[in-house]
Amino acid sequence: MNTMEMLAWVRGPGLVLSLSILVIGVGVRLVEMLLLGRKPDLSEPRVAHSGGYGWRTILTRSVLPSSACVRYRRIEFLTGYVFHLGLFLVVFFFVPHILLIEAVTGLSWPGLAAGLVDGVTLITLAALLLAFWFRLTDPVRRFLSRFNDWYALAITFLPVLTGYLAYHRLLGEYNTLLVLHILSVEVLLASLPFTRLMHGFTLWFSRWYTGQMAGRRGVKV
Amino acid sequence: MADEADLLERLRQQGISRRSFLKYCAGLASLLALPPAMAPRIAEALERARRPAVIWLSFQECTACTESLTRSFSPTLENLIFNVLSLDYHHTLQAAAGRHAEDARRQSMEANRGKYILVVEGSIPVAEGGVYSTIAGISNLDMLRETAAGAAAIVSVGTCAAYGGLPHARPNPTGAVPVSEILADRTIVNVPGCPPIPVVISGVIAHVLTFGRVPELDDLGRPTVFYGQTIHDRCYRRPFYDRNLFAEQFDDEGARNGWCLYKLGCKGPTTRNACATEKWNQGTSFPIQSGHPCLGCSEPDFWDAGSFYQALTAPPVDVAKWVVPAIGVGVAAGAAAGLANRLRKARAERRRQPLAADDVKGGEG
Repeated sequence: MNTMEMLAWVRGPGLVLSLSILVIGVGVRLVEMLLLGRKPDLSEPRVAHSGGYGWRTILTRSVLPSSACVRYRRIEFLTGYVFHLGLFLVVFFFVPHILLIEAVTGLSWPGLAAGLVDGVTLITLAALLLAFWFRLTDPVRRFLSRFNDWYALAITFLPVLTGYLAYHRLLGEYNTLLVLHILSVEVLLASLPFTRLMHGFTLWFSRWYTGQMAGRRGVKV
Repeated sequence: MADEADLLERLRQQGISRRSFLKYCAGLASLLALPPAMAPRIAEALERARRPAVIWLSFQECTACTESLTRSFSPTLENLIFNVLSLDYHHTLQAAAGRHAEDARRQSMEANRGKYILVVEGSIPVAEGGVYSTIAGISNLDMLRETAAGAAAIVSVGTCAAYGGLPHARPNPTGAVPVSEILADRTIVNVPGCPPIPVVISGVIAHVLTFGRVPELDDLGRPTVFYGQTIHDRCYRRPFYDRNLFAEQFDDEGARNGWCLYKLGCKGPTTRNACATEKWNQGTSFPIQSGHPCLGCSEPDFWDAGSFYQALTAPPVDVAKWVVPAIGVGVAAGAAAGLANRLRKARAERRRQPLAADDVKGGEG
């Protein structure tokens, strides 16, 4: 199989296969999780009960930094924000990516200049490396880390790295690097439902639930 | 047939001065990514070269590769240099026909055994024993095998000979294959393009004559000197890509301003060829300069790699056709799993035996 045949495979059957695994996996896990429900909390609420705690937590944990977290882990906290925001910009605002999404879904929006995305990619890579370094050097997190954690970090890092290398034609010729880039994205898509990366779909539910539970018990959210 | 008149003498006869010839050699040295000091060596080698015999086989093709070389802006040096090769067999160009033409081929093969250059244009149909294309009753398959046996070098000119090209496109009714698939044990120089750039064809032949060996090839059998870079990397519109300035339609402001054609389906980023540097019609223009996206014609299976007018990142298959039903499968499987969990829970609930605090104390006591 030559490079162009590999490129044709990853752009066609490979993409269909990985996306199918993604949607089936996410569908099964989300629907099963939601149907499972939660045990009713029979305890007396500490404060007047309302749905506001859950929604407020979604906002505070997603947009506004929680002061308690920032105080203890300033750099780690910033690193997390930077690579999540960087990934968002690189994945959804690089013009070739938008054209792929448009071809599959029909949805389109304006993109950022390639030079700007290039800079964001570098920052994202640095932040991901830093996240890896923190996990490796902090004894507690290292102890708590399992294969799933390292794997999730690696399959998030590789698409960004190979994309950067392909854009700059570093360490190989473009088509080979493009194959590696698309392949690494497909590994990420197919792995997503079965790793901690599933939080991309569950975070809204879990944040709502955490806030709701904490609020009910009188914790400030 | 090959004669003993050297190349320079022939060029002189056709009105090409030594100065023009040396300029061509310097240009060729630059094109071949050789130091300028190599230009005299190329000139010397070409001057000394006796007319090498060339057998040009035309199989499933449209003759555009021959047109590219012979009908490019005339007269070009490439054209003249080609004229001074001893082109012993070429359907389109030779005067002889039928049995006489085949006799010329066999005579040349006999007289130049182990020394002639074989150029193949077009793919080879192998379905049904190769009956889809025959010349003088000989199938392309048999003619290629027979002629390749005594060739010093084999050059596949055009995408059809190099990778199968258009005849190889789905559904490929004739079972068309490239030369490399028939002659798997031979080194074949692929000069793809639909058609290839004339100076690239003559450059490969000049390389063989100068150095006595085929040039360095990439993983697709192409000379890296001509196919080492992508169209996108050498495209004069590349700065517009980096600045996010694209033509969205063929008649919009972006198209009029000459912005990047990526969104209109340009395959430049994945296509290796010399169009952006060598251009066509004596360096006049190339497709992108004329406002049309690159089709990727020098790459294998370019015809089947999705629409010419869809962005490179658009998948060549209908993704939604497969993925939308997969969403249904996922939701249904999740619902089934959820329902099974609930049934299990309900069953456990039914089997549960009520236990009061007193019962536990009694048990402990």
